[in-house]
This record gives sequence, C-alpha cells and structure tokens, in this order.
Amino acid sequence: MSAGTTGEIVFTTNLTGYQEVFTDPSYLGQIVVMTAPMIGNYGVNPEDVESRSGKPHVSGVLVRELSRAHSNWRASGGLDDWLAENGIPIIEDLDTRKITRHIRSEGAMRAVIGLGAQPDDEARGKLDASPRMAGQDLASAVTIDHERTVGNSQASHHIVAYDFGMKENILRILQSMDCRVTVVPAQTSATRVRELNPDGLFLSNGPGDPSAVEYVLDPIRELAGSGLPTFGICLGHQLLALAFGAETEKLPYGHRGGNHPVLDLSTGRVLITSQNHGFAVRGTSKGVPGAKELEVTHLNLNDHTVEGLRHRDLPFFGVQYHPEASPGPHDARSHFAEFLQTLDSKQVSS
Amino acid sequence: MPKRTDLEKILLLGSGPIIIGQGAEFDYSGTQAVKALKEEGYQVVLVNSNPATIMTDPEVADRTYVEPVTPEWVALVIEKERPDALLPTMGGQTALNVAMALHEDGTLAKYGVELIGASERAIRMAEDRKEFGAAMTRIGLQVPPGEVATSRDEALEVVANTGYPAIIRPSFTLGGTGGGIAYNREEFTTLIDRALDLSPTRSVLIERSVLGWKEFELEVMRDGEDNVVIVCSIENLDPMGVHTGDSITVAPAMTLTDREYQKMRDAAIAIIREVGVAAGGCNIQFAVDPENGEMLVIEMNPRVSRSSALASKATGFPIARIGAKLAVGYALHELPNDITKQTPASFEPVLDYVVVKCPRFAFEKFPAADRTLTTQMKSVGESMAIGRTFKEAWQKGLRALEIDRSGWTIGTAKDDGLPSEELEDLLHALHTPCAERVFQIKRAMMAGIPDSEIHRITAIDPWFLSQFRELVDAEETFRAAPEIDYTLLRRMKRMGFSDDQLAGLRGVTEEDMRRQRWEMNLHPCYKVVDTCAGEFPSATPYLYSSYDDENESEAFGDRGVVILGSGPNRIGQGVEFDYCCVRAGLGLRALGYRTIMINSNPETVSTDFDISDKLYFEPLTFEDVLEIVRFEQPKGVIVQLGGQTPLKLAKKLEEAGIPILGTSPDAIDIAEDRRRFEELARRLGVAQPPSGTVTEVDDAVIVAERVGYPVLVRPSYVLGGRAMEIVYDEPSLRDYFRNAVSVSPHHPVLIDSFLEDAFEADVDALCDGKECIIGGVMQHIEDAGVHSGDSACVLPPYLIDDKHVEQMRRHTREFAKALGVVGLINVQYAIKDGVVYVLEVNPRSSRTVPFVSKATGVPLAKLAAAVMVGHTLEQLGVVDETPAPYVAVKEAVFPFTKLPGVDTLLGPEMLSTGEVMGIADSFGMAFAKAQSGASAELPLSGAVFVSVNDSDKHTVTPIVRRFHEMGFRILATSGTARHLTAKGIPAEPVKKVSEGRPHVADLILSGEVHLLINTPLGKLTQQDDYVLRRTALQHGIPYTTTISAASAACDAILARRSRKGTVRCLQSWYESRPEANRWTTSGVDLFSTVPQSSAK
Repeated sequence: MSAGTTGEIVFTTNLTGYQEVFTDPSYLGQIVVMTAPMIGNYGVNPEDVESRSGKPHVSGVLVRELSRAHSNWRASGGLDDWLAENGIPIIEDLDTRKITRHIRSEGAMRAVIGLGAQPDDEARGKLDASPRMAGQDLASAVTIDHERTVGNSQASHHIVAYDFGMKENILRILQSMDCRVTVVPAQTSATRVRELNPDGLFLSNGPGDPSAVEYVLDPIRELAGSGLPTFGICLGHQLLALAFGAETEKLPYGHRGGNHPVLDLSTGRVLITSQNHGFAVRGTSKGVPGAKELEVTHLNLNDHTVEGLRHRDLPFFGVQYHPEASPGPHDARSHFAEFLQTLDSKQVSS
Repeated sequence: MPKRTDLEKILLLGSGPIIIGQGAEFDYSGTQAVKALKEEGYQVVLVNSNPATIMTDPEVADRTYVEPVTPEWVALVIEKERPDALLPTMGGQTALNVAMALHEDGTLAKYGVELIGASERAIRMAEDRKEFGAAMTRIGLQVPPGEVATSRDEALEVVANTGYPAIIRPSFTLGGTGGGIAYNREEFTTLIDRALDLSPTRSVLIERSVLGWKEFELEVMRDGEDNVVIVCSIENLDPMGVHTGDSITVAPAMTLTDREYQKMRDAAIAIIREVGVAAGGCNIQFAVDPENGEMLVIEMNPRVSRSSALASKATGFPIARIGAKLAVGYALHELPNDITKQTPASFEPVLDYVVVKCPRFAFEKFPAADRTLTTQMKSVGESMAIGRTFKEAWQKGLRALEIDRSGWTIGTAKDDGLPSEELEDLLHALHTPCAERVFQIKRAMMAGIPDSEIHRITAIDPWFLSQFRELVDAEETFRAAPEIDYTLLRRMKRMGFSDDQLAGLRGVTEEDMRRQRWEMNLHPCYKVVDTCAGEFPSATPYLYSSYDDENESEAFGDRGVVILGSGPNRIGQGVEFDYCCVRAGLGLRALGYRTIMINSNPETVSTDFDISDKLYFEPLTFEDVLEIVRFEQPKGVIVQLGGQTPLKLAKKLEEAGIPILGTSPDAIDIAEDRRRFEELARRLGVAQPPSGTVTEVDDAVIVAERVGYPVLVRPSYVLGGRAMEIVYDEPSLRDYFRNAVSVSPHHPVLIDSFLEDAFEADVDALCDGKECIIGGVMQHIEDAGVHSGDSACVLPPYLIDDKHVEQMRRHTREFAKALGVVGLINVQYAIKDGVVYVLEVNPRSSRTVPFVSKATGVPLAKLAAAVMVGHTLEQLGVVDETPAPYVAVKEAVFPFTKLPGVDTLLGPEMLSTGEVMGIADSFGMAFAKAQSGASAELPLSGAVFVSVNDSDKHTVTPIVRRFHEMGFRILATSGTARHLTAKGIPAEPVKKVSEGRPHVADLILSGEVHLLINTPLGKLTQQDDYVLRRTALQHGIPYTTTISAASAACDAILARRSRKGTVRCLQSWYESRPEANRWTTSGVDLFSTVPQSSAK
C-alpha cells in the first residue's frame, strides 16, 4: 500500500452542488467531507464548474455513499469517472457524520488518504510532513499565469480582478452585468493595474491563509486607498481588511455550506449565504481592531464572526461569504449591483 | 421586531375531525402553535371539534371550545371571547375557509378581530386558481396552461384549448378533493360536475397535464421583516399525476443539481413575497420537465400542511411553532433553533440523512373503491423513516407501514395488486399508479425487465430505479453467498434490510438470522437529527437508527420508560392512540421518569421531538424495537396505549426478557383469545352472545346453526372490525369463507350470535390491579351491528336503565380485577331484552379514551401511565365518574366523498377516519353540534325522505310524526308512504330509482330533499339504496341509515329550532365536576419537563 494525498480535512454542509465544491479553487489543499450522504446522484456536466480549467481542485473527497448511477438532463457523465479521470481520490461508505463531529470538536486538521485498513508508517510520515494550512500562501498556486480579458469590449464597465483562485461564476455574473473583466495574476503591481485604467477593482476568493499573501497588501492599499471602487469576496475581503490594518484568525473548523445566516447590520435583514472559509477577520459588530476606518456591515448569526466590511469614507467593501453562490443561495447576489453602483456614482462625480 | 404587545387574546382554529387529506398533522401543528403562543404570555382560545387531539386537552389552551369548526359556531365563540386576533393557518383548509367566511360576512370586522399569520388577501391569492396564475405571471413564473371555469360549458371550452389528459382542480378544497385526471370528454364531464359541486366557490381549474414530470415541494417561511428561509426540499418518487399525499416522497431532493435547486428556491421566495404571506409558512409545489428542466409552479398553500409537518419531522425545524411566533411579530433571527439552542432559527436546515415518507391506504376496507392513485388523495396515514442512505430509509419506510412487509418485499400476486403471476399482467399494471406499484416494480426488476423500460412505463426517475436495482442485485448476491460473514451481513444491514428479509433470502427463520447477527455483535447505532448535519452540538435527543460506526445516544437505563406509539394512522387506529401515548409520556415526565418514545408516524404530536425525553423515529417492528430496548435497558416498555401495533409485540418482547409495564401480556391474551375469554366470562357470571370458534367452513355452518342466524363473523385478532360481517344465511356464510378470510388452525374465525336491535355500550375504566374506577359509560346511538368506532355515542347513556348501567360498571370492575389489569380497560356490552351481554374486553387503551377524558375532564391516559409505574389509584386520588349536568356526543366521520363508488352503509367493519364531539346541556343540542362538526348539518325545515324496511316501519312512525309536527314535508317510497298515511301522517309517495322517473334521486338533485332516512331494504333493492345514499352524499344531504340515528337527528333538529346555539368551553363545563377540577385547575403546565410532586 502507499499513502497518497494529504491535505487539511474540512466538511461542507452543502446539500447540492458537489461539482461546484470540487472545482472551487478555494478548496485547494483540502480534503472535503460531504455531510450530505448521497453524492453523485445527478452526475457531472460541463457547466457547473467553478475552475477555469473545469477540473477539480480538492485534494480528496469523503462521502457516505457515492452513487454509481446518475440522472439529470444536463449530465455528461458520472462523478466517479470524472474524479478518477482527474486523479482525485474519493472514499465512500464512511461514517461521514462521525468524521464531521470529530472535526467540529477538534478543529480542521491535517489528514492523509491512503490504501489499507490501518495507516502505515509511510502514511504517517507523509501526514507529519504535510504543511499546516495556517501560514500557507495557496493563492499564488492557483492564480493565473497571464492576464486575460473576458466580456464585451464595448461593455459599460471595466473591472480589474485579482485572481487568487477566482470562481468562474463571479466572472459569469460580472459579464452578465455588462462588465469587461481583466483578470490579473495575484502578483500584479498597482502600477500595472493603473495602466489598465479600470473603473473598479475586484479581489477574488481563494484558498490558504490570507496573512501569508503579504505581497498583495501594498497594491490593494494603494489602489483602494486612492478611491478606486473595490469589492472583495472571501479571501479578497480578508486581504482588503488586512491591507487597512485588520487582523485575520483561523476559525476552529471554518464555515462551509449554503445555509449560513448573515445579518445585514444596516437593514436588520438576514441573508442566507454560501460560505467557504477557514479564516476570518477579527472583530465584532462594534468594529475591527487595528482598522478604525473599517465599519462592520455584516455579522454571522451562528458565531457572530465578521461577515462584511466597508470603509467609512472610501468606496470599497468586502464580504466574507459568496454572493456569487454556485453552489448555494442567491440571497446576497445584490452585492454585485451594489459594487457597480459605486462605479456609476464614481463615474458621474468624476 | 419583538413580539406584539397590542394583542392579548388569540383565537386559534383547529381542523376538526380527521378526514382523508386533513389528518393528525394539524393536531401536531396546532398543539405546537398553542404552546408557542402561551409561552409568549398570550391567552389562547381554541376551537376544535375533534376530541381525539392533544390540543383539545383542557391544560393546553386557556379556553378550549370543543365546538364545530364552522363559521356559525366560531362566530359565537368570537362573540363570547372577543379575541384580538385569529390565527387561521394552523387548522388546515377547514380553518382557512372558516376564517375567510368570517371575514366576508363581516364578523371579524364587527368584533375587531385581526387575522394574523396570513392575510385575507394572501389566502385568496393562493387559493383562487385564477388569481394565483395571474400572480405567477407577474413574477415571471409559469403555471401549467389552463383556465378557471365556473360551469360545465365553460369547462368544455377550456379543455378544447388545453387538451387531454386534463387535470381538474377545484378551488378551496383540501387534499385535492373533487380533483382528478380526465383522459376523454366523457370522464371530463363527470369529473367537472363533481368538482363544481365540491368547490365552495363553484370554480374549477382545468390544466394541461404534466403527467410524468418530476414533482418537488419546498417548505418556505417568511417573517414580518421579509426574511425568507427554505426549511426543506421534498422530491416525490411518484411523478406528477399522483397527489403528493399519496406519493412516496423523499427529503431532501435527490436528483436536483444546485443550479436547478437554486432556481426553484428563488422562485419560492418570489412566490411567498408576491402572494404576501407576511409572517408564516407555506408549501409550494413545482413540476420539472425531466427532458429539459423546464419548471412550472403547481400550487401554494399559505398555511401549515401535511408536508410542513413532514418537513418539521424530517429536519427538526418546528414550522408550526416558529410560524406561530412569526405571526405575533417575531423575526426569524430573534428565535432560537430549538434543536441546537445556540444558533438562530433564521437558517436553512441541512440533512446528513435521507427521509422517506410512504403513504398508507385503506382500500382493503373499501373493495368497491377505485384503487387508482390520482390527484385526489386517498391515503389515510403515512410512515416516515430516516436512514443514512436512500436505500436504508426506503426499506425502513416500507416496513414501518405495517402492511405485512418487512421491507421492500413482494407478496402474492393479489397482495401486489396483480390479477396473476403473468408478466403481461404485470407490465399492464405498471402503467397505472396504485398503492402496490413499488412492489410491482420489484417484480419487474426480478423478471429481468430493464430499468429503462420501467422508467418508460412509470416515468419514475432513473436514479430511484437504480437504487432499487442495487437492492435487487444485493439480494441476489446475499442469497447466493456460500456463507454469511460480517462484511456481507453489514453491507446488507446498511442497505436497510431487516432480519426477516435476510432470513427469507437464506431460508432460515428471523430468529436464526438475528442470532447470527448478534453473535457478530452487529447492531445499529443511533444518530441525531440536529438540523445542521453535525456542524453544531445538539441539545435535543431526536434519534434514528443506522448501521453506521458512531453511536450518539446515551442509554437512560432504568430511569427510562419506553412508550411504543401506534405507527401510521389507519382506519381503526388513529390519532386517539397517539393522544394516549402523548398524555402518558407527559404524565411520566412529570413524575420524574425519562420517557423514550418510539414511533414512525410523522403526522403526530408523539413524534414532536420535545414531547419526550428521547424520540426514536423508528419503525414499530419487533426487530427495530428490540434493538432500541436492548440498547436503552429501560425500566420497562408500555405497550397498551398505542393500539394493536405495540400489543402485537408484547408477547415477543416479554419472551425476550423485557419488562412490560402494566397489564401482563398474558392478561391481554386471555381477553383476545376467545376460548380463554369465554371461560373467564362464565366464571364471572357475565352473559355472552352464544358463539363458537372454527377453523374450517363446515364447522362454521354447524356453529351458526347452533347459535342461530344472523351471526357475526370475524377473524380473531383484528383491528377496527377488519373483515367483520353480519351473515344472515348459510350461502352467505360460505361466501364469506370463500372470499373474505383465509382461515387456518393459526387463523381461526369467530362466530357470534348477532343481537339484533340491541343497545350497545362502551365502558372505559382504569385499574391498578386491585382497585378499579370507571372513567365513563357511553351508549351507542347506532344499533348493534355498527362498529363501535363508527357509531355515534353519548355520555352519559340516555336510553339505558340505571340498573343496567350499574351492572355494566360492576362487570367492568370484575373483569379488570380478574385480569389483573394495571392501566386501562375497555369493555363493550350489548343490552337486549333486559339482559346485559359482554361483547368484548380490551385490557388496553381504547379509541374512546380521549373522548371520555374530554367529556369528563379526567386525564385517563396520564393516570394510566402513573398506575403502570406503580402508583395506586388511591395515591392518585382518582374517583369514579360522577353525574354531571351536561351531555357529550361523539360522532364518527367517514371518507366516502373521497372514495367514489363506495357505499355509505355502516356495518361491523369500521370505516370512519375521525370523530367529533358535541357538548351541550341536552342530548339534542349535543347531537346537533356533533352533526355540524361532522359536516352533516341538519336541516331546520324542508322535506324528509323516508324509506325503511318493513321491520323498521313501526319504529320510524313516531319519529316521522315529530318531523311532520315540526312542519317538515314528508316524502316516502310507496310502501312507507302507505304505512305512514295509514298512521295519520300525510306522506307524499315518491318513485324509487328503479321505478322510473322522476324518482327520489331526481328530487335530491333538484334540491327538494333535505334529510334522508333510509334503512337497508334487503338484497333486492340494494342497488336502489346505494344510488340513493351516494346521491345524497354527493349533494351534501344528511342521511341516516338507522332508526336510532333518525330519532337522534329529530331530537337535534327540535333542539336547534327551539333555541339559539350557545358555546361553552371545557374549562367551564368542568366546573360542575369535582373529579375533573382536580386535574384541570391545578395550574400545571402540561408540557413542563420539571417533575411535579406526585399525588398525596
């Protein structure tokens, strides 16, 4: 037997959308436990993917039952074959609830997937040698190599999007809202962004520890600080916060799923949100330590962690959850329109 | 927003009697709502005519009106109580319709009563098919093409455009009543006429059929701040065309991608906003084209429903409770998630298990009924099962139905709804949805029919068929395996196979299979339903079994008492038994015991996770119960409250060394075993009708001649009079043996002399093994021969001599003591020619326990539980029923309108699905209220049609005379008319149906008959009588089929004509009963989990 994959083991409670989960670049370096017990029922298709390549990013998958048969009018194949083609290990027939409860009480931890009834020395060795999630810059591992532009050249808005592992649905939504998007690598300088002359800046989601992506904080501070309308999602939101003095912390076992209630502090309304993060910006409803200019706009109602921030004066904001959903509910989709509105008002005023 | 402080008193409407389409789920929802409102400090006034409910227990609401849930009676309650608000969304369609009527007639405005939970506008938009369609178009959603018609001609115009098959949906009816699928013009006109008659607004939607599309439901909640959550998605295994109540359904949805699911979720949110459900829940149904994902909105119910009860049980999110809190102003995030206690209710539950709901039917009781499943609901109950996988839940759900199948197993061709074993017949049958279709599918798979072909015929999604195929293949592997090892057996158990199924595959006994499994130490573990898939710790032990690794349950040990529930509702075993289980459980909790409920019925209060200290949502089979008890090691198991379901397990549990609390299984056996019982009755000197037990037909003929015809025949060990008949001659007796029963030495048949024209009575009593107190004596209004569950009855008796009542009380005490009853006992008597005969003794809770408890105010089931754990009656301070200055009448309610083609004649086989109670200071008024509650409103004037057999002519005469004196016009068949005229009562002769037109059915159709008195005239006119009764039923004309019921109706009409109806709550009636006061005025919180000091 030989030990294979290592990664941080986490669970997600999404009931639907396994293909979106597996292709989401934010899951890089993670072994995902699906709490939904029946996985694979509707197969896979070429549309419901969140990675540029269409390929999965997870390190491994653990399920209670993998469905060998599938049924859906859009399906192009079965989940088992697709994972196999992409070399992603999946273990079925596990008590995934037991594993989930273990992660809940002990926290997300490193794990190894191998063959055999008991872990052998090789597997243990690999596990011990595997890196911890804290301190890892994984954004640079998934960001694009070269700039690319999507959308209509005549579009009303031009957005520059930092790719830290951006989900494709963000691009689909921005395009559908009449935006041209230039996607740039994580290491892109502020100067280069200025050359592109965008109407707005977007900071994408992505994997890893935000505090390890230090190289991007200066450009963000410079660009957003100059009054360029900016919107960050998930890792992008954390980086925005870090750039303006906030701190991030690792959550015990993260938030992953499609049912997390978030309170919009300005309206008192609750959004049911799609979430996928292991780190969060430190803070409370009263504010964020170290970043007085940042106002907390959204709070998680389950554990009261920070879910959204806005600068008190400058036109930028970020949310910890995923308004692009995919998978998950669409309650927060209006953040994109909100972002574009700041662009419009900026254009009018300038 | 926090709760409203401008409201003090809230009126809540229950749903009335249990009927097909409106069942026990509304007791669950309503009880939760009352609890939730009382918690917030509101005064709650409840109206519900159904005594078999927890919600009508006097400790639940502040003021409990057991009055008809009709606009007339509810208006009287409003006039008296002056509530600030009315919550109409907890009592099904009945409550919504009454609320709408009271809005329209100005009653609500007159008394300043605000509708909360759903506005009049929202109710109308959701219920009126035309308005709903327009609303959907406004928000860019599609409904099936169709139009509303208000007459047959209009309907024909509509269908010319929409085409056949056409779906017919009447507005404002429940459970799809009056709906159907028409494949041609002839079927269409028949269905349209019926649908127009049944719709209170005479409006019917005719739709293009989307038969075969996938069907989904979402349960949605919205608060006053416009926050919306989806509580649960449900996928119907049966595609469009079968009512969701009759469909096997699965939660969460199994075959939707996230993209499709979110599209549906977005639509649901848009719908609840557009319809304007401001603070509450709704159920929305969708159809999805399997070919291209096209989505249509089918309907929306702006209230709690059967599906919302299911969703609550399936997810642990208590929709009715939360709905009630939203209705008084709370926002979702201001309320806690009741299971985690730490997180808020503003979230969407996630499941790490699969839930399967299976409907239970009662076609065996209605051989004439059309068994095809269609858009009108026909099932009478349901089971729910939870497993970690679909396959596990599927098998558990089917064995939980208690239909003699230990999982997904096939039976004989007849059992599986097939005319023969021929493949051709099977393939033909598969085209038509019926109760047995999933078993037919298994047969087809075993016969080698490919899944693609089965899909083509049934339109069931290929994914479900693939799951079935895995089971069929697994069975084959298991059958053929050279030996059974741990890995193989565990694999099968993880697919939900029961020991019995596995034993069948290996040709061994169930006990052998279990022994083998136990030797391998292979047992289920218990997982928690926690709303969050393990993300947060759960404070509520709501459990299900699975053959998985980690057990999350902690055994209670000998502080625990297990109460076995009654499983799926069925005719003969309904909500009454659930009532007993719940009351007993609450009583034991108050005494400091830790209660463990086991049940599989999602509709009930007993499966509310906060009723017991621990809930196991499990099938009530011996295997499933044994595993739980083995794990829990409780003080004992209570089997006498849940009806036949737990009783059937009593002996085996006892043999397995498990303590049975209360009356011993042997005592139960004495009462059930005819020979042992006869001996006991003889020893106690109580008369019995002459009888005999036979195991073959020739013996039956001999016995029948000895005891004399007519005879009552029935199989031993039956429930609800299953296959019980009155037989008048030898050929009929031979027929009965040929067609109705399978008789063998193991299944003997009982033959009793039938006591014609006797009075029947029921006595419920409570015994601690030494002392016995009488809970109540009820006289049946229908004659002997009508099943006690179907007969109206009255407490106290109104036509039985005191000395006979006293004799029955004495006999009951003697039986209880002789049997060593510890708990409840019910005895049925017949009185004929001054002799009191005992008919049967049931040393267990009876169907009438809740009625007696409501009528007298004494919580018999709760006291029974205390007795079973060792308290004495003296300690409890219980005394005999005392005379009280009021009368309570129970009336049965029947499913005839839902089952076209079924005769409405009553007999020894129980047919009713529910009951109502009328309570008043006179028999007539109590009976009148019971009739109103049962939707059999009696006329105060008009014409009475009388058609009775010769032997009834004499007794009917004084009754008809009273009708005549009240000014009723008397119509009668020629024979009866001649007789009446000769007695000085002017009666107009009317032709029978077979005598040419215009006949009596024509008169009914033209609205000239207002009450029917029709006793069966014998074989020759059976068809005539049948047509008459069905016509009356269809046109809502009250009818009586017995002389005693006719007399009672006459009393009732007289009472209603002579004075205005008055309403009075139970709490007020009880003031005149000292023994009731003791229980109801103690200020005890029924749902408190804190032990109260036991009685002095």
